[in-house]
Amino acid sequence: MAAAVAAAGRSEWTRIVATLARDLGDLDLAEDATQDAIAEALTAWARTGIPDRPGAWLTTVARRRAIDRLRRNAMRSDREEVVARLEAREASEVPTTQDDQLALILTCCHPALAPEARIALTLRSVAGLSTPEIARAFLVPEATMAQRLVRAKRKIRDAGIGFRVPRAAEMADRLESVCAVVYLVFNEGYSASSGDQLLRTDLCDEAIRLGQLLEQLLPGEAEVVGLTALMQLTHSRRATRLDDRGELVLLDQQDRSRWDHDLIAAAVARLDGTPPDDTIGPYRAQAEIARCHAVAASPAETDWTAIVERYRALLGAVDSPVVALNAAVAKSMVEGPGAGLAAIDALAATGDLDEYHLLHSARADLLRRLDRPVEAAAAYRRALALVGTSPERRFLERRLAEVAGTVTPIGPSIAEPLHFGGVPVDGSPTS
Amino acid sequence: MKYMLLIYTDPEAAPVAGTPEFDLTHHRWMTYTDDLAATGTLVAGDALQSAETATTVRVRSGDRLTTDGPFAETKEMLGGYYLIDVAGLDEAIEWAERMPNITYGSVEVRPVMDFLGDGG
Repeated sequence: MAAAVAAAGRSEWTRIVATLARDLGDLDLAEDATQDAIAEALTAWARTGIPDRPGAWLTTVARRRAIDRLRRNAMRSDREEVVARLEAREASEVPTTQDDQLALILTCCHPALAPEARIALTLRSVAGLSTPEIARAFLVPEATMAQRLVRAKRKIRDAGIGFRVPRAAEMADRLESVCAVVYLVFNEGYSASSGDQLLRTDLCDEAIRLGQLLEQLLPGEAEVVGLTALMQLTHSRRATRLDDRGELVLLDQQDRSRWDHDLIAAAVARLDGTPPDDTIGPYRAQAEIARCHAVAASPAETDWTAIVERYRALLGAVDSPVVALNAAVAKSMVEGPGAGLAAIDALAATGDLDEYHLLHSARADLLRRLDRPVEAAAAYRRALALVGTSPERRFLERRLAEVAGTVTPIGPSIAEPLHFGGVPVDGSPTS
Repeated sequence: MKYMLLIYTDPEAAPVAGTPEFDLTHHRWMTYTDDLAATGTLVAGDALQSAETATTVRVRSGDRLTTDGPFAETKEMLGGYYLIDVAGLDEAIEWAERMPNITYGSVEVRPVMDFLGDGG
């Protein structure tokens, strides 16, 4: 029974919290009342069996518990009015609309909230993760995370951030913030090499689930489809990106039979199902690049010409030197290492990426392929001086030893850790 | 809900009196204020004299300390305010976005504290 309640609570959480939050104008109360209903289901359902419509049962009970809690709260001057609204809603049996859930997500991701507060709120209020779970996933003390959530909810209430779906003119800006929050959740789960590994993979699944929810709420939105596909395509490689010893495995060295081909198929299907907008957005463009890698049966069969073209589209959507760097590496795959090096040197001349280790490791790789080992070694040393995480560091050390001629080559590389589908627009490491 | 829109501008970046830009901006402020009034949004609003005219007052250990200049020395100076009454933050942000100085200054949007619980 506990499992049935947990499953119902899990699948209904967003819908119930959303409908209550909109009537109550209070996230805390909405969450507490939903929690009450789930707890009550444990004993009630053990007695009576699982109701025909578990979601409707939970919603009704949650609404009643919200009314109880409101009546006990003498501090709220508008409580009679809100109770009346809730009772009217129950009597009319108006089903929750998609708009309630959309309003909830947009509120949690409101640009007036600090970015880390948006992430925490989205995981708590929309995804239904507990505060301790979120704290563990982000490696912060539980008290810190609880405080972050309290402050965010206080700002929603005191600054008058309403639970509403914005007008069409505002929507683009607001949707961008939502997509960014979901993608940050995903990257937090994907790129970190420390912490509770299991929970971090959960964050990736959670982010993909949020992407799918957004797809339902905003059908036909090419950027939302692109975001979800991008996360699925990146996540499909989770089993192969590190080897048994925790070393980074480059895309062209990964065992493609161990990629999650169901996830790849799901991503490709959603991309094919929704055509991109006339002006392609950053998530869609990245997803299209990731798709090229994902559908190639072997590294040699990768359609680099298509990838170069899609990088051009991505550069049109995001003016980022990191993307320009990735585009230069892709170019080297089509036109050869000389052309790639020229593009990278032009980029290096701007100085924007001077402190970015991937610029130097990409230069190093091209110099190595051009059989210029002395310059390659210098570039690897520069990259090593800047690199942070240890798997990437060990990879660069092996490469440096190789060009310095002290060990046997570790195999051909056509792809330095740069353009692995999930393009790090924000510069986060990918593989 | 009531919101205070605090208008900050860097005097160096603002249009200079006597130029066509200044006249245009002045006209925009008038129109903006008219729009606030016509929609029933405006509660109050004033422009302030320049920051050089500011005096900051504190009392410490019973002594009054009066100093020349604004409370905080920043590039952008508080130049005026509007007090508006709207449905929520999104609407307040929309009014802030329409302010004539928004492309060269900034606007801080602050909800007014509601002591009476009557919606401010």
